[in-house]
Amino acid sequence: MKTLRRILLVEDSLRDIDLTLAALDEHHLANVVDVARDGVEALDYLNRRGKFADREPGLPVVVFLDIKMPRLDGLEVLRQLKSDPVFKRLPVVMLTSSKEEPDLAGCYALGANAYVVKPVDFAQFADSVKQLGLFWAVLNEPPPESSPKAT
Amino acid sequence: MPLRNTPIRQKLMLILLVTSAVVMLLMRGAFFAYEYVIFRQTTLRHLATLGEILAANSTAALAFENPDDAAEILSALKAERHVLAAALFDRQGRVFARYAPAAPADPIPASPGPDGYRFVGAHLVGFQAVMVQERRLGTLFLRFDSGTILREFMWGSLPIVLGVMALVLLAAYLLSRVLQRQISTPILALAESARAVSERRDYTARAPALGRDELGLLTEAFNQMLGQIHDLTRDLEQRVAQRTTELEAANKELEAFSYSVSHDLRAPLRHIDGFAGMLVKSDGAKLSTKGQGYLGHISASAKQMGALIDDLLVFSRMGRTEMQFASVDLQQLTEETIKGLELETQQRNIRWKKGELPVVPGDLPMLRQVFVNLLSNAVKYTRPRDPAEIEIGCQPGSPEEIVIFIRDNGVGFDMKYATKLFGVFQRMHRSEDFEGTGIGLANVRRIVLRHGGRIWAESAPEAGATFYFTLPRQRKSPS
Repeated sequence: MKTLRRILLVEDSLRDIDLTLAALDEHHLANVVDVARDGVEALDYLNRRGKFADREPGLPVVVFLDIKMPRLDGLEVLRQLKSDPVFKRLPVVMLTSSKEEPDLAGCYALGANAYVVKPVDFAQFADSVKQLGLFWAVLNEPPPESSPKAT
Repeated sequence: MPLRNTPIRQKLMLILLVTSAVVMLLMRGAFFAYEYVIFRQTTLRHLATLGEILAANSTAALAFENPDDAAEILSALKAERHVLAAALFDRQGRVFARYAPAAPADPIPASPGPDGYRFVGAHLVGFQAVMVQERRLGTLFLRFDSGTILREFMWGSLPIVLGVMALVLLAAYLLSRVLQRQISTPILALAESARAVSERRDYTARAPALGRDELGLLTEAFNQMLGQIHDLTRDLEQRVAQRTTELEAANKELEAFSYSVSHDLRAPLRHIDGFAGMLVKSDGAKLSTKGQGYLGHISASAKQMGALIDDLLVFSRMGRTEMQFASVDLQQLTEETIKGLELETQQRNIRWKKGELPVVPGDLPMLRQVFVNLLSNAVKYTRPRDPAEIEIGCQPGSPEEIVIFIRDNGVGFDMKYATKLFGVFQRMHRSEDFEGTGIGLANVRRIVLRHGGRIWAESAPEAGATFYFTLPRQRKSPS
């Protein structure tokens, strides 16, 4: 059995992190999730710098990215990732509360791979997260890894 | 070409020519009348003189009762070819001598009339006493053809009259050609300026002022009006620009507000429902049935508020998004909508009655929302009916708008509350009986109004409901 590659969850709300992890845990996927609390941390994680300088090398299989976050928001992170040759092909799923069309259109224009609105209904939310986790971490074949800057 | 459509140059010339002609004819008429009066007086005097001379010459012939002498005296009248007849009567009133070259066309009266001269028809007739030393010897009769003289005089002067008229008209024509410019030139200049302004919408243009007469004042007033229009337009444009900026700012604020509502209000609700759900999962077994019920209420309330927020956002967006007009086939839209409701209708016994619906100009996604809302309401509120009957059709309406109606045999509502029907979050039924947030009809109303239409409903409790709405046949600017 192949080892699961990691999922990066970028989310500022602790409660959302709890709920997301709880949903993934039902399928024993919580243990492969790394968490960044805002955009700056997310970029630190991917570039293996700051408090993530010591993490194991390699890119996550997918980034679950919230839009509204303090400091660097999700749209800006997405823009930086998609314009960087190293991270360009890294799948990014926007996981957000916002149903607003400008966000939706903006994310796809920047090259997001998917856009998922977190439902208020917890059962639905759990189901969405579960399916996302299964799809990206298990079903989907990731793009061949390009050499990351930091190895 | 009717007179009001002839160019002003020609109109002015025509007026001048007609006026001159009429004035000339009137003067000619007055002149003739004067000449006629003078002619009669002259003729009368002429004949009276002739009569007096003849009477004086005839005294001897009458006194000596010599008719041959008398006839000879009368025959001297040959020199006056307008004297038609003459006669001498003796004292007893018998004809003594006569002169009638063209007799008997102008008969000589059998006896003398009263003395004096008068016009009888076209003739001047006179009786003159023949007197010798206050003694009357007889009467002289004279008949004079005044009509022929008059006719000859009239006809003789006609060529002169016509010639003078022609000359006067020619002079009037030439003068009017020059003089009409005084009036027509400024009017034409004004008309040209007005046309240029209305065509190019250039309110800075000015008509040239050519004098201080009424036309000059008109031109000045016109220029002042142009100035006012220019100022007003500029003010209006500035105000529109300012309002647009304000509106854009307000709209941006609203967008930001919606965004925040969408983002920030939904997150805590998700947490409430999420953690309530997790509590059920982790400790549900330890809770009493009551406690489990409370947790259920917490979840349900959170979900309901989520739905309300979503609906409110849709409602707010519906009022702000720009409309994209296209031809919308309402028939097809109805079919698609009914198909989309299959999930709710497949377990039901519903009799659909679909009338013919036209193609109208409208925003397809918005009109789809109208049909989805009204038809799903009809499906929802006929739930207790078996069979349910839902009819959708079109009334003739007016040349400007069509009337569409959706009728059901459902639970209906009391018309007392009809005013609340289209309000935001207004509900006619308890949510235990019929689910919903109460935003659907508010949305429908807003969309219909934005299309320039109207909406109303008729119903009675348990007697079904009919919703009517109108849509303009031609695109209307939104109200």
